[in-house]
Amino acid sequence: MASFKPTRIQTYPKLGEKVTEDTLYWKSYKPALQIKEFGAVTKIEFSSLPPHNYAVTASTRIHVYGPHSQEPTRSFTRFRDTAYGGSFRGDGKLLVAGSEDGIIRLFDIKSLGALRQFTGHSKAVHATSFLSDGFRVVSGSDDLSCRVWDVASSVELSSFTEHTDYIRAVAPSKLNPDLFVTGSYDHTVKVFDVRTGSSVMTMQHGHPVECVLLYPSDALLVSTGGRYVKIWDLLKGGQQLVSLKNHHKTVTCACLSSTSNKLLTGSLDRHVKVYNSSYKVVHNFDCAASILSLAIAPNDSIVAVGMTNGVLSVRHKKQKEEKEMLTDRRRRGPAYRVNVKGKNFGPKQYDFLVNKPAKQHLQKHDKQLKSFEVSKALDSALEAWKRSSKPEVAVVVMMELNRRGTLKNALAGRDEASLARILDFLLKYITDPRFSRPLLTVGDIVLDLYQQVIPQSPVVERLLQRLLELLGREAELQQEFLQVLGILDTLFASLNLRKDVATLAAPPVAQGSQLQAA
Amino acid sequence: MVERSDIRVVRCGGSKINFRPPIISNDSRFVLCVSGDSVKVYSTRTEEWLHSLQGHTKQVTGIAFNPANHLQVYSCSADGTVKLWDFIDGILIKTFIIGSPLFALYVSKEHEGVIFLHLSKGTHHKNECFQLVSTHLPKSADQEVEAKELSVVSSHISPNPSCTAFGRGGEYIAFARKLQLDVYFFRKQKTYSFYLKATDKKGAKNAFTCIACNPTDDCIATGHEDGKIRLWRNFNHKKEYTYSTLHWHHNAVNTLCFTPEGTNLLSGGIESVLVQWQCGAGSKKDVLPRLGGSILHVSASPDGQLFCVSHSDNKITVIEDGFKVSGLIQGLVTGDTVLTDLMIDPRSKALVLNGKPGHLQFYSLLRDKHLYNLDIVQQEYIYEAGLDQFEVVKAVFDVKGSWLATVEERGRESSDLEFFLKLWAFDETTQSFVLNTSISAAHTDRIISMCFSSSEETTMLVTTAEDSQFKAWCQGADADTQQDQNFWSCDFVGSYHNLKPTNCTFSADSSLLAVSFQEVVTVWSPDTWELLTTLCQPPGQIRDLCFGRLSCSKYLLGTTTKNLLCCWNLLTCALEWSTSLEVSKLQADPLSENVAAFSYQSKHTDLFVFKPSEPLPLFTHEKVCSEKVHRAIFVPREELLNGCDERCQWLNGSQLYFLTQNMDLMTFSMATEEDRMLSSSKRLVIDDSIAVTPFYLLLGKHRQQQQKLNTPSHPAADKPQQKQSSVSIKQLLHTPAHVLPAASVLCSMFVNSLLISNTGVREEMESSEQEMDSEKEEEDSEGEMETRDSQQDLRAQGSVDEVTPKLSKAQERELKRVRKTDFSWMTGLIVSKP
Repeated sequence: MASFKPTRIQTYPKLGEKVTEDTLYWKSYKPALQIKEFGAVTKIEFSSLPPHNYAVTASTRIHVYGPHSQEPTRSFTRFRDTAYGGSFRGDGKLLVAGSEDGIIRLFDIKSLGALRQFTGHSKAVHATSFLSDGFRVVSGSDDLSCRVWDVASSVELSSFTEHTDYIRAVAPSKLNPDLFVTGSYDHTVKVFDVRTGSSVMTMQHGHPVECVLLYPSDALLVSTGGRYVKIWDLLKGGQQLVSLKNHHKTVTCACLSSTSNKLLTGSLDRHVKVYNSSYKVVHNFDCAASILSLAIAPNDSIVAVGMTNGVLSVRHKKQKEEKEMLTDRRRRGPAYRVNVKGKNFGPKQYDFLVNKPAKQHLQKHDKQLKSFEVSKALDSALEAWKRSSKPEVAVVVMMELNRRGTLKNALAGRDEASLARILDFLLKYITDPRFSRPLLTVGDIVLDLYQQVIPQSPVVERLLQRLLELLGREAELQQEFLQVLGILDTLFASLNLRKDVATLAAPPVAQGSQLQAA
Repeated sequence: MVERSDIRVVRCGGSKINFRPPIISNDSRFVLCVSGDSVKVYSTRTEEWLHSLQGHTKQVTGIAFNPANHLQVYSCSADGTVKLWDFIDGILIKTFIIGSPLFALYVSKEHEGVIFLHLSKGTHHKNECFQLVSTHLPKSADQEVEAKELSVVSSHISPNPSCTAFGRGGEYIAFARKLQLDVYFFRKQKTYSFYLKATDKKGAKNAFTCIACNPTDDCIATGHEDGKIRLWRNFNHKKEYTYSTLHWHHNAVNTLCFTPEGTNLLSGGIESVLVQWQCGAGSKKDVLPRLGGSILHVSASPDGQLFCVSHSDNKITVIEDGFKVSGLIQGLVTGDTVLTDLMIDPRSKALVLNGKPGHLQFYSLLRDKHLYNLDIVQQEYIYEAGLDQFEVVKAVFDVKGSWLATVEERGRESSDLEFFLKLWAFDETTQSFVLNTSISAAHTDRIISMCFSSSEETTMLVTTAEDSQFKAWCQGADADTQQDQNFWSCDFVGSYHNLKPTNCTFSADSSLLAVSFQEVVTVWSPDTWELLTTLCQPPGQIRDLCFGRLSCSKYLLGTTTKNLLCCWNLLTCALEWSTSLEVSKLQADPLSENVAAFSYQSKHTDLFVFKPSEPLPLFTHEKVCSEKVHRAIFVPREELLNGCDERCQWLNGSQLYFLTQNMDLMTFSMATEEDRMLSSSKRLVIDDSIAVTPFYLLLGKHRQQQQKLNTPSHPAADKPQQKQSSVSIKQLLHTPAHVLPAASVLCSMFVNSLLISNTGVREEMESSEQEMDSEKEEEDSEGEMETRDSQQDLRAQGSVDEVTPKLSKAQERELKRVRKTDFSWMTGLIVSKP
């Protein structure tokens, strides 16, 4: 005697994005915290020391925020004009920033005091940074020069004027205190060595360079400009490794996530994209406005994005502990105080274990189908849909009833409430291509059965009216699709004049084929 | 069948075992059922096929145990003979020739020597009229006896043999036809008829479908078309009859059966639920649901411990006393139609076709045994008349047998067609196929044909459908997903001038794909999906396509609906040859260049076997059968035959099986093969070693002497003599000690049996001919028995309980006679014997 075969719930492939580990990782940030600054946020930098404060350069101020504060813990407001490129020293004690008036200022974080002023640039300084020894500062300016300053004596040590356009990006090497990289609007990226006094490497980016970034190992260099992000291999003499074109507007900023080896880029098209180590986009953040600056905390706990409308949006990573605490509390059931004698008795090594025949557990609707209670089975399937919002079960039960030829019996003889529930279900899913076929037959049968009594119930009548509108809209949509398909067909046909015998294949995506894991 | 060559068309098993009710032997150890031209004997415990009783030349239509001897069975056949068999050893005892085709056979304990037969009146042409006749089986020593004396019991009965049943103790016989129930009392020689109305107010359909009589009570149970069971009582009065109604079935009751004690009534119908009603307890019942396949017949063993249920899917279920299923005997399921092609599983070499609803069956042709069912649809099958449910309509294996593609569909007649394309991967650990991918809307219309590419490296599936597209499916073709590499997805969609594709096939090395679009054959390259060439031979649509193999791989063969067999050369892209032949099935041998074509002309099918490169066929066989052949398959042999004859060399590597429209599986067999089969079966018989015991020494000597005596004289004449002594001794020896009478009684009998003379035998023969007869057959079987040690104890155990009383009866009579006679002759005999 064969056992009853339960109805098989079809699993449909998830449409759209595939869920990968990366998406889960990057989705585990809390909703963004919005902090309003006074102007466009041009630069954000994290201190490399815990607690990883970050300096935000916007308008004429530089604010330093703590990792969990919404109010700035420090603020530097001594700029007469717009400040640019505020960046920490490696030990997080000093901060350097350029400004529109060409003066570079050096501050002490603790005492908020202005320690030094480096004057010499004739135009705005957009990029400043400490060299990795911490005693020198490099700056790039709109006067086409980049200079190296001594912190102790505030003297200009050297000046490089090889660029032919504004210098907007500077990145010092972390391993060698004498190397730094500059990116300029003259489409080039140059590597300078302070010891030789000139550039040692020049790379053509092909677009005005907005941002340069060196990998911690100094082997790879990232330059962004135009819509392109380019990765250069410095060890191979500046050979281009990859050129990425995932944004559709100028890429303004880039940063590296140190823990997961990911590259993040932000662009004026309001997207932050996350690339994995093989430079495939694995995740995407959307922002409200064009992005000018982007930074990520060294432990990935905070992603900060600065935008043109002066909003700083900060995303904190969800704390794992909270979640675990919750689940722990839930999991712990009531403590049994009853006798558990014999419950922990297990088979010994040489015991021959005879298993009890496994009892088949059936879903409620399956039990009812087994005993041929068709109306009840349909009801319990719809209940399951209400409870877990899984339409598959209800649709499969409807198909099963149709196969058994008892769908009409199951739908007949219903009161207003249960009929309304069926109509609700139809309204929601009748246009879903996965379910439309079986649901259309259900709709037909419902109309056949209740034609006479519909005017008695305003609720049902209203639902039917909505169903009618929905189907009308769907029909129009389908017609439009067919027209587009026709246009595409003619286009394809004109492309392949040579092979006039064979009509070319439509892309395989166009089929409604649904794959299902066994 | 033509005998001019040494290749014959033979049936090769797989015939129906559910045609007539199975019967269970007295000791519940064997179940017998009719199967095509033979009667098959199965063991009830192991469900193994033991042997078959072969001898009829047409479909066997009924079997029944000889009421006088429970080790013998009568069988009747459409060839007009009734045969009496010893079913344990499979020996034909007697043949009674009736003359006209027989349709059923009934026996009754009360009517010894009389059998009741169901035959059709030849006079009517259109509405065949069946009659029930009784015949006295003439007693004679001959093997073949003509029994022409038929006396008609009823001249107008239902063609359904389950509508006739014998009543309590054979006093009356009841038969139902349409709306009429007749009861014929033998004693009174009178028939009472009862009528029902065709329908009543509630819309019941009252036509009779089956009938059963309570063996201990005057009660007739009848089954009706609307699922009602009526229990008739008091029917020996024409007016005062009564009936009560039991209703559970919602479709026609197919079968009814009373248990031997008459306490329970079993009924079965299309629902595949066996219902056990308790007689006299109203509608109290037990049900045994989901037995698989609608129930056609139910029969109970004589001791009421076992029931056998035969199902529409060619299956016999053995049910134990506790109403539990204890065994399954499964035959080849062919049903009314075979929807899938015949296929060979490349791994198990089993024949694969659609079996019970929603399943693929794997059937071993070598052992003529059902191996297993693969559940394709994975849905509960509802056994209800007129319900349109999923059926497996297409299936195809890849070359290595690691992939299986199936198509299931429902609603072909109605407008809402539903179908699924499923791909199954072979799982090494479980040694069966596991569902890998299920595609719900593979095409927008039904799939016509599909094939796997035959290359070793990549597996690709091509499907053609009525939406005038063909699609290629690959494993993991969807490169965007990173993990799901082992699922199948669509790789290419092709069409040709919006014509409907009919057939698709890959060449042997999978470098070419041929797809036929009505009258045009298109040849594609599966690597680049480029249309290479088109071949066209109007008029007539392409029906079958196949590539040549091995040395003929440059040829493409096609058959059209307008009686044309074409062969294209793919190198020149031109027609090589064509011939006018109505080909219903074209099948290529996977191991050689040979192609078999079944051609249907002037109401019979001919077979041509040819190589595409040669103009003359290798082999022709006219009149293979009288119907069209649509399914055929070459089955690779286990070992190569080295047939000497040039004409049968095509059968050396593989064997050709085909399925006729009557769902008979046939094959071609060679003379050499049959010889080998015969010799192997002979070899089995030789082994007869009996343990050397003191009794053996005594008996062995005795037998040797007899054999010496027998050899010079005529064997037939001496037979009775041989019997006498050995039978009684053997029966003594094979009876367990605890059931034997006291030793004091036995001793005299034993001595008596040793000393009995020839004259005694004849006396007995005259006195009780009937008993003699049966004893003789028994003796025959005993003689055979001696040779087969293994079956000996089976038999011995089987006959224990019955034999002892009979023996004592016979011996009592003998004892009486011995007491009366003086023993003066005995001394003379003893002196003369040495």
